[in-house]
Amino acid sequence: MNEITYAQAIKDAMSEEMRRDPKVFLLGEDIGAYGGAFGVTRGMLEEFGPDRIRDTPISEAAITGAAVGAAMTGMRPIMEIMFSDFITIAMDQLVNQAAKARYQFGGQVSVPMVLRAPEGSGTGAAAQHSQSIEAWILNVPGLKVVAPSTPADAKGLLKASIRDDNPVVFLEQKLLYRKKGPVPDGDVVIPLGKADVNRPGTDISIISYGRMMERCLQAAEELAKDGISAEVMDLRSLRPLDTEAIVSSAIKTGRVLIVHEACRFGGFGGEIAATICDSEAFFYLDAPVRRLAGKDVPIPYNKYLEAGIVPTTEAILAAARDLAK
Amino acid sequence: MTIPREKLEDMYRKMALTRAFEETAMRLFSLGKVHGTAHFCIGEEATGTGVCAGIQPQDLIYATHRGHGQSISKGMNVDRMMAEFLGKATGVCKGKGGCMHIADVSAGNLGANGIVGGGIPIAVGAALGTVMQKIDRVVVCFFGDGASNEGTFHESINLASVWKLPIVFACVNNCYGMSMKVTASMNITDIALRASSYGIPGMTVDGNDVLAVYAAAQEAREHASRNGPVLLVLNTYRIMGHSKSDSGAYRTKEEVEEWKRKDPLKRFVSTLLQQGLFTEAEIAGIDAEAAAVIEHAVAYAESSPEPSLDTVEQDVYA
Ligand SMILES: Cc1ncc(C[n+]2csc(CCOP(=O)(O)OP(=O)(O)O)c2C)c(N)n1
Ligand SMILES: [Mg+2]
Repeated sequence: MNEITYAQAIKDAMSEEMRRDPKVFLLGEDIGAYGGAFGVTRGMLEEFGPDRIRDTPISEAAITGAAVGAAMTGMRPIMEIMFSDFITIAMDQLVNQAAKARYQFGGQVSVPMVLRAPEGSGTGAAAQHSQSIEAWILNVPGLKVVAPSTPADAKGLLKASIRDDNPVVFLEQKLLYRKKGPVPDGDVVIPLGKADVNRPGTDISIISYGRMMERCLQAAEELAKDGISAEVMDLRSLRPLDTEAIVSSAIKTGRVLIVHEACRFGGFGGEIAATICDSEAFFYLDAPVRRLAGKDVPIPYNKYLEAGIVPTTEAILAAARDLAK
Repeated sequence: MTIPREKLEDMYRKMALTRAFEETAMRLFSLGKVHGTAHFCIGEEATGTGVCAGIQPQDLIYATHRGHGQSISKGMNVDRMMAEFLGKATGVCKGKGGCMHIADVSAGNLGANGIVGGGIPIAVGAALGTVMQKIDRVVVCFFGDGASNEGTFHESINLASVWKLPIVFACVNNCYGMSMKVTASMNITDIALRASSYGIPGMTVDGNDVLAVYAAAQEAREHASRNGPVLLVLNTYRIMGHSKSDSGAYRTKEEVEEWKRKDPLKRFVSTLLQQGLFTEAEIAGIDAEAAAVIEHAVAYAESSPEPSLDTVEQDVYA
């Protein structure tokens, strides 16, 4: 067990997979000498050389298409989009090409690629560099979506994503890059599609993922002081989704609070709520399923405004207390 | 050279203001007064100033993420610009945009863009609107060498050329797109060659020579207003790091030092002095005035209120 940062865990996963499999390579903007905009790939150019750590021109559509084509013909590319916001430029290649190839060609090909991109607000980078974009991708059959909240999950899930034979969008949490956590030694692969109950409880289920996990756990700690036992679940992988874990937790507690940073309207929280309401868990609910999410606004620059639009620990706590009444 | 003295003075004032703005903004950063990032244009001042001096007041510009000089040169109020940089309610975007999204529509600056290449198609649309409404004006779209590798650049120039729109594509080639050297990002040495693919003229100028940029911009504007798009490439160099998080591992100190010697402000000053157009005292006076204007802007920004959380949903309609 080692205490390493989220960024280091991601780098370790990629480096270990690259050592294991010569077909794995990286492409993206400023991932070489610069080490990536957030320093994640720092040092990888020195170890693997420019052939496998490929700096590209600023051309997201071409980067993505090149990953798709290389994946279809035997390679296992990991591509980086510097900020998840720029995925818009990659969208055709991702949505109409990567996601569709295997199906529309009757299973003749597969597209084993990973698209890594950091998301989230909190850095003062304003409306075009701060979004949480998972809902855009989650509505596309043919794409897997992962959003880890700890260094250990980041490493294990990235390994699984790289070994997956299908396209995976791996959403890294910008504000977690420098956070440390214990990561087990060795080749630990965490399968996609399995939620993690970080904290078991009986009175209320708080379901979240990504950066908001930390706040949900803090809120749960506070709730315990009031005698409220909160179960906190980290979905980790959003598609495939661990429906079973969600439903059984809802049955157990009868009260569910869903929390995410991404904006609320059309957000993934709605899908989780519907998953519960569509299932037998509906009959066990003691209160309506609640959602706490980012405000439906472009992310503002000013730091107070920026901090004011995402769920805070206090807001999670208040909503949970209200639900548990 | 028959450039009126006031014009020369105005150009030097804009360059001096830009330099003072950038140096002050960097200082505010190191004092921990800025939440966010910034992209500085030190060493590239002649591009924004020269181009904006060569166009007309009614013309529109689209600025880049490295656009402080472009905005100042287009006549932006620096108090409200500095306030925006500090995220204040009095900022030109009410503290919502920050320095990557400086816009001042009243001054003809339709906004800086945080998406590389994101402004190019929009500028084409503005040029289209100009023609359809029969307005006498030209649109200038600033973007970088790196942006010219985005699809939007190629699609936009092609569209503007078939529609013969009044637009100048002003490419600020500062030798790098973040860490990628321009020579590694494209297989040609002169970006202006790209114009020939779209059947429009391409011009290349020394982007550290403000008078050359000014003359080229005038010529490009003239052409654009009569015959359609021009690609104007301004060769310069980014002296500072890409943004606040750049360790500079991809280039040598010698290279940066070499370009520091080509400082566009010093170069302009030596021309003005050599030709006897200005005295050293007059130049020092303009420098001092620029410093005072920026100091005032900082005081204005710092004494301005933070935006209230009530404003966070203002201008949200869906
Ligand atoms: C679509 C998109 N891709 C990548 C980035 C990250 N990024 C911001 S500026 C920049 C370099 C741009 O280079 P260039 O166009 O030459 O402008 P310069 O920064 O040199 O002024 C990059 C890669 C971005 N903001 N938008
Ligand atoms: Mg550049």
